[in-house]
Amino acid sequence: MNRHVDPRQALPQPDGIATGEVLLDVRNVSLRFGGVKAITDISFDIRKGEIRAIIGPNGAGKTSMLNVINGFYTPQEGSIVFRGKERKKIAPYEAAASGIARTFQNVALFKGMSTLDNIMAGRTLAMHRNFFWQLIYYGPALREEIANRRKVEEIIDFLEIQHIRKVPVGRLPYGLQKRVELGRALAAEPALLLLDEPMAGMNLEEKEDMSRFILDVNSQFGTTIALIEHDMGVVMDISDRVVVLDYGRKIGDGTPEEVKSSQEVIDAYLGVSH
Amino acid sequence: MFYREAGQFKTSYEADQQVFPILQDRIGVAIILGVAIFIVPFVANDFFLSAIAIPFLILALATIGLNVLTGYAGQLSLGTGGFMGVGAYACYKLTTLFPDVSIVVHILLSGFAAAAVGMVFGLPSLRIKGLYLAVTTLAAQFFLEWCFIRIPWLYNYNASGAIEVPGRQILGTMVTGASAGSVPRYFTVLAIVILLTVLVKNLLRGRIGRQWMMIRDMDIAAELMGVRPLYAKLSAFAVSSYLCGVAGAMFVFFYLGAAEPSAFSITLSFQILFMAILGGLGSLVGCFFGAAFIWALPIILRAGPPMIGIPIAAETAFHITSMIIGALIVTFLILEPHGLARLWQIGKEKLRVWPFPYA
Amino acid sequence: MLHQIFVDPFLQMADMPDFLLQVIWEGFVAGVLYALIALGFVLIFKASGVFNFAQGIMVVFAGLTLVGLHEAGVPAYLALALAISVMALLAIAVERFVMRPLVNQPDIILLMSTIGMTYFLIGLGEFVFGGEPKKMITRELGLPTGSTEIEIGEQGLVILQHIDIAAAVIAIIMVSALALFFNKTRIGRALRAVADDHQAAQSVGISLNQIWAIVWFAAGIVALATGIMWGARSDVSFALEIVALKALPVLILGGFTSIPGAIVGGLIIGIGEKIGEIYWGPLVGGGIESWLAYMIALIFLLFRPQGLFGERIIERV
Repeated sequence: MNRHVDPRQALPQPDGIATGEVLLDVRNVSLRFGGVKAITDISFDIRKGEIRAIIGPNGAGKTSMLNVINGFYTPQEGSIVFRGKERKKIAPYEAAASGIARTFQNVALFKGMSTLDNIMAGRTLAMHRNFFWQLIYYGPALREEIANRRKVEEIIDFLEIQHIRKVPVGRLPYGLQKRVELGRALAAEPALLLLDEPMAGMNLEEKEDMSRFILDVNSQFGTTIALIEHDMGVVMDISDRVVVLDYGRKIGDGTPEEVKSSQEVIDAYLGVSH
Repeated sequence: MFYREAGQFKTSYEADQQVFPILQDRIGVAIILGVAIFIVPFVANDFFLSAIAIPFLILALATIGLNVLTGYAGQLSLGTGGFMGVGAYACYKLTTLFPDVSIVVHILLSGFAAAAVGMVFGLPSLRIKGLYLAVTTLAAQFFLEWCFIRIPWLYNYNASGAIEVPGRQILGTMVTGASAGSVPRYFTVLAIVILLTVLVKNLLRGRIGRQWMMIRDMDIAAELMGVRPLYAKLSAFAVSSYLCGVAGAMFVFFYLGAAEPSAFSITLSFQILFMAILGGLGSLVGCFFGAAFIWALPIILRAGPPMIGIPIAAETAFHITSMIIGALIVTFLILEPHGLARLWQIGKEKLRVWPFPYA
Repeated sequence: MLHQIFVDPFLQMADMPDFLLQVIWEGFVAGVLYALIALGFVLIFKASGVFNFAQGIMVVFAGLTLVGLHEAGVPAYLALALAISVMALLAIAVERFVMRPLVNQPDIILLMSTIGMTYFLIGLGEFVFGGEPKKMITRELGLPTGSTEIEIGEQGLVILQHIDIAAAVIAIIMVSALALFFNKTRIGRALRAVADDHQAAQSVGISLNQIWAIVWFAAGIVALATGIMWGARSDVSFALEIVALKALPVLILGGFTSIPGAIVGGLIIGIGEKIGEIYWGPLVGGGIESWLAYMIALIFLLFRPQGLFGERIIERV
């Protein structure tokens, strides 16, 4: 597990941004679909141990940005540096292997599988026994399965979802599905956790629960988190730094207070006549 | 009342992860196996073993093969018949090339030929999905059928173009060919089917089976969890085709005795697909239900009405079977898309809480 | 070896241009029929998102009904009218008993339900009309039967069957009629609305059930016409079903939702497989017609998964 660095306690720098080792660096990334520009020349970084929010109006390119980070889209220009390694093109499974996990805007659970199996699915990369051990399901394969089951049960305890362990996820209410999805991402023990609107469609109570889980993940496991969220109250409360996108461009970057007072950001959210 | 799991506590993950965690299930399976091994072969007549029990077991294995691919890995295949044919022809060639090696070894090896062919035709699944893939497997079906007709080497340049099963022994007993009795054939088939079913179950409950289901349920999320689509899909194609190949080899060697290329036509592919749908996609026990149902229905229709005094032409019975099966497929898809296996599960759940309606 | 594959066939083509033309014509006619099956398919796919595996069997079923009624003593044109009503009944039944209960199910379930329908229709057709192949009542319906020989160059000769020409003409008329129907009528507009967005169409008062029944009926009419044309070339029997499956590669080439795509795809497959069979088939022992279309489609898919006229697919998460 990574050593936890709390950026809130780091020394202020001349540019006003807290210090910490850079975990992920997005460098001048541009992404187009045919003639449509989804992302234009965006650069920002995510530091180890922080909670980094990505905000912006609908269609600002937030989800596309996450898709670029975990290799689902390949940007036409620019590159991503993760843990000191620069890459232009990466397959999603390679991104997962390098320590990036995520959740999705519309819950993307494996509907035909139980909660337990879904979270076990998150352990895919931690399991290595080959085909022939799997065939006999005894000895090393069984031991590996049980060792990973133990890890998964820890996550189930952490997220307080013991009672739905064996329920097919398709039958769960939305809020719980979101929680299982978080569990599945956590099971991979990622260095960087990407959360795409973890609180969309939740009521106040569920949002509070989810915020608590996110903060706990960050402080207990020391996991670096990047999240997209529309609820400004939540964003301002839990994130260390915020990057603001609009029409595929970056229009703000800094602490919640800085972003809140930026004229450009206010214009983007409230609308302004040009 | 008797089907209760109350009081059966699990104290280790190992105990919780066994195939039949409930005691009554274990007893039930033991009884079924006992009947299949110790009672059926000694009580049933030759017709029942040869025309019902043996093809039922073989087709159930083929259905498991298709279910691995379609039910678990979510890749629709219409080429099952072709893959079964590959197994049958491979086994035939193996018996001619190595006449001294045991037939069981040949049967189990011939599945690998089918697996190799299956993987080749599975390659497009990396780029194309869903309905488009159905066309790919149709290509496999028609291409393979063509090969069985046009490559004389496959049937040893026979004038008839068909493959004739040679007589082979296991432990001094004839198990294939014209002089083989139905009991030794039954035992050989039963042993192979049980062995492969257990192995497949192991795969399905471990990492590999989970990867297949991840690809089936949400392929993009699976990839972002670290599943490599190439390995996951091709392994599903390989395992599926292996099982179909073994089933195809057994179909010819232990049931048909001789086969022409038309034995592995698209009709067989559909028959297996129907078994999988009716039994329940994504269920192993369903494969046995589905195979039993679809295999037995025409036999019952042909034999049933004359018994109660209604004469029925063989052809009419055949047409009615086709209609009933077609209608049943649609009905099941509407009422219970998870097939007979799901009905079985619901029955068990009801039994658990009986005589109360809810737990 | 390479010479045999890459040079010889073309030399043969250049050697006998009239024969090449004849082959292309044969392929063209087969292609028109593939295109017609694919057309019925596209209609249904556009309006309901159902991959109708049963379109091929509907062709046979329609043809069989027509011939069977005539054999039973019904005059040809009355039999035609009755066959049309049978297709209408079938459309209503399919909508009521299959489509309506299965609305919003995954694609694969819908596809499998049409495979089930295929088996039901095979059983029903053979149960009612018997399983043996039947002759199409070409002359009784007033369709031409002769042939025209066209001389090309000094000794060249191309033979055109009149029925084939009629098939091409009828296909053109039918496609134009469908295009008019789609673009100029109130129901056509509703159809396009449903194709675009089911829920939005419902919200403005379009009845999905009615539209689906109409679409299945239209597909049934197309199937009947195809059945007549095809039956006139060979016999009406369920063996046609295997041939009808060729509509699937056609659709892959043309895209599932494009009517021009179905036509172009049908012609490419029809002509391509005839030329392949005649000029390259002998190299591997012939009979490659049974799978060549699928292989063409397969290779095509690897390079352009969305078809000739389909839109590029951008995956989202």
